[in-house]
Amino acid sequence: MSAVETAKPRRQRRKLRARGLAVLVALACAVITVLAISGGEYDISPWRVVQILFGGGQGLESTIVWDWRMPRALAALLFGAALALSGLVFQSLTRNPLGSPDIIGLSTGAYSGALIAITIFGGGFAATTAGALAGGLLTALIVYLLAWRNGTHGFRLILVGIGISSVLASFNQYMVLRADLDTAMSAAVWGAGTLNGVSWSGVLPVGAVVLVIAAVLLYCARPLQLLQMGDDLAASLGLNTERAKLLLIVLAVALTSAVTALIGPVAFVALVSPQLARRILGSSGMNLVPTALFGAFLLSFGDLLAQRLFAPVQLPVGVVTVCLGGIYLIYLLNRGTRKAGA
Amino acid sequence: MPASRVNTSEITDRPQRAGSAGAHIARLAFFAALLAGLAVLSLAIGSRQMSVHSIMLALWDPQESIEKALVLESRLPRALLAILAGAALGVAGLLSQSMTRNPLAEPGILGVNAGASLAIVIAVGFLGIQEYNHYIFFAFAGALLTAALVYLIGRPQRGAMDPSRLVLSGVAMGAIFSGLGTALSLVRPEAFDQLRAWTVGDLQGRNSGIVVPLLVCTVIGILIAASSARSLDALALGEDSARGLGIDIRRTRVLVLVAITLLAAAATSAVGAIGFLGLMAPHAARRVAGASTGWIMAYTALIAPSILLLADVLGRVLLPSELPAGVVCAAIGAPLLVAIARGRKPVAL
Repeated sequence: MSAVETAKPRRQRRKLRARGLAVLVALACAVITVLAISGGEYDISPWRVVQILFGGGQGLESTIVWDWRMPRALAALLFGAALALSGLVFQSLTRNPLGSPDIIGLSTGAYSGALIAITIFGGGFAATTAGALAGGLLTALIVYLLAWRNGTHGFRLILVGIGISSVLASFNQYMVLRADLDTAMSAAVWGAGTLNGVSWSGVLPVGAVVLVIAAVLLYCARPLQLLQMGDDLAASLGLNTERAKLLLIVLAVALTSAVTALIGPVAFVALVSPQLARRILGSSGMNLVPTALFGAFLLSFGDLLAQRLFAPVQLPVGVVTVCLGGIYLIYLLNRGTRKAGA
Repeated sequence: MPASRVNTSEITDRPQRAGSAGAHIARLAFFAALLAGLAVLSLAIGSRQMSVHSIMLALWDPQESIEKALVLESRLPRALLAILAGAALGVAGLLSQSMTRNPLAEPGILGVNAGASLAIVIAVGFLGIQEYNHYIFFAFAGALLTAALVYLIGRPQRGAMDPSRLVLSGVAMGAIFSGLGTALSLVRPEAFDQLRAWTVGDLQGRNSGIVVPLLVCTVIGILIAASSARSLDALALGEDSARGLGIDIRRTRVLVLVAITLLAAAATSAVGAIGFLGLMAPHAARRVAGASTGWIMAYTALIAPSILLLADVLGRVLLPSELPAGVVCAAIGAPLLVAIARGRKPVAL
């Protein structure tokens, strides 16, 4: 009895702290978004941006904010959240902190599709997106089918995924090698993951898909939590594990492939965000909302750096997220957290 | 990893199908013969086909001839390169997997690939070195430096070394360096051009001068690896048991690290990033070798170069233009890995 009484306020305090941190991350996202919109070749002061966002402003400035820079900023937020969520689903399903949709070859497959579209068909934005979508989904399907044997086993999925994606990776390298230098470099920019050239026509449909799937995922939080405890336990608690796993995989794959099709395989956001959320909030449960917030923060912050660090050269955002992820891991190590993964 | 450590008897499908040293030696002899056969094929096949007789003649006949020049200056170094790099990558992969007890570890685990490619980008893009046989040494130095940095960051805080810290620091440095490498290569097209050729992994057009340094590194690395095989076996039982068996855990891990670094850095800078070979060859070897690290190592050192040689030979004949060995290697290795994964029991360590 007494133990319950002391545990309760502690849990409440922890919940409050988690909420506070979530609000803080959300605020940080908002600040970054405003900064991202305000800077560029035509500077608009952050305060002016806020005014325009809340309905003020007309003419050129309004066009710049709403039509040119807003899609990119919104894409960073939404897509970051989407990648983070699908990373969380995969890490829970494989019960491996290094799990991410990449392990079933999604990114590599999407890159293959995009490369075929770019180098063979000389594709523009639409063709690249379609190619990437087809490539990613096809690869995920092949890996899933090959790993299927009386159910999916997390480890088998990983091993088959590595096999298939290494073939595709070397195919990709070969395509890059055979293409002429300019084509190869623009393909490589796409392959690193970039928000350059994102416009409303791309953000609206993908954003809608992301929002719908995220809503379904929030609804699915319980089976996910059960699966995290292990297949057998989840089954004994009355969960149809294979069906739940399939549904969750489909949702996560849909999230990642929609995002990847548009902006290319952005590394590390899916991997790091769930870990960040878990570590900073100090809880091991299903941190769907905090994870999504951290993902949004990472991608928008990464894109801000990618735009400004070597301006006027625009780096692909994936290059920055990879470095940020690496620095974060080293920070983890030096904090002396031993059981951080792997 | 689910069930990171499975009872050793479960590692093979059929329990201890061949425990005796005699059976092992017989099978090793078979794999050695296979490797030798592939080496002869590699000498014989190319734009100018040669019979075994003329190869022998070229190798041992003192008389100068076109064949002799072709074999000695082009095909023999290439075959040696494949054998050495294959063995080095395979053994480095096996060591990475046993040390971290993670079956998905590969030779690039210490950030070696990323370090080598960053060094290439810097050498080509910013120091103006265009010749492959020159920047290869930068790649080697970059790989060594990265591994040292990874060790410094992931080094033991107190007491024994924790491999998971090393893995994490390897992933971290690998990520940072590959990000930097990509960013810099996108700014310098000429560096990008060289990097894309190196990344694929190929044996074509390598200077025969790199065979000797590669040979030295591979031999030293494999000797160190072989000397720590028993300690690795003990470590597979857990740190406490290993300590009980009188194993100096820290010394073992440092030695293994040195071996991985030497092997992976030398092979990667010589033939490019064919890390996948190092990932899958030990899995194939484990299928025939059972649970003893020493035997697995012996098989790996024969199987991995066989795959690379086969890949190189196939790459020469499959298409009118040569396919890089790295591409063929993945195409051969991946079905094998999928088959292993689909086997009755998932391979675990």
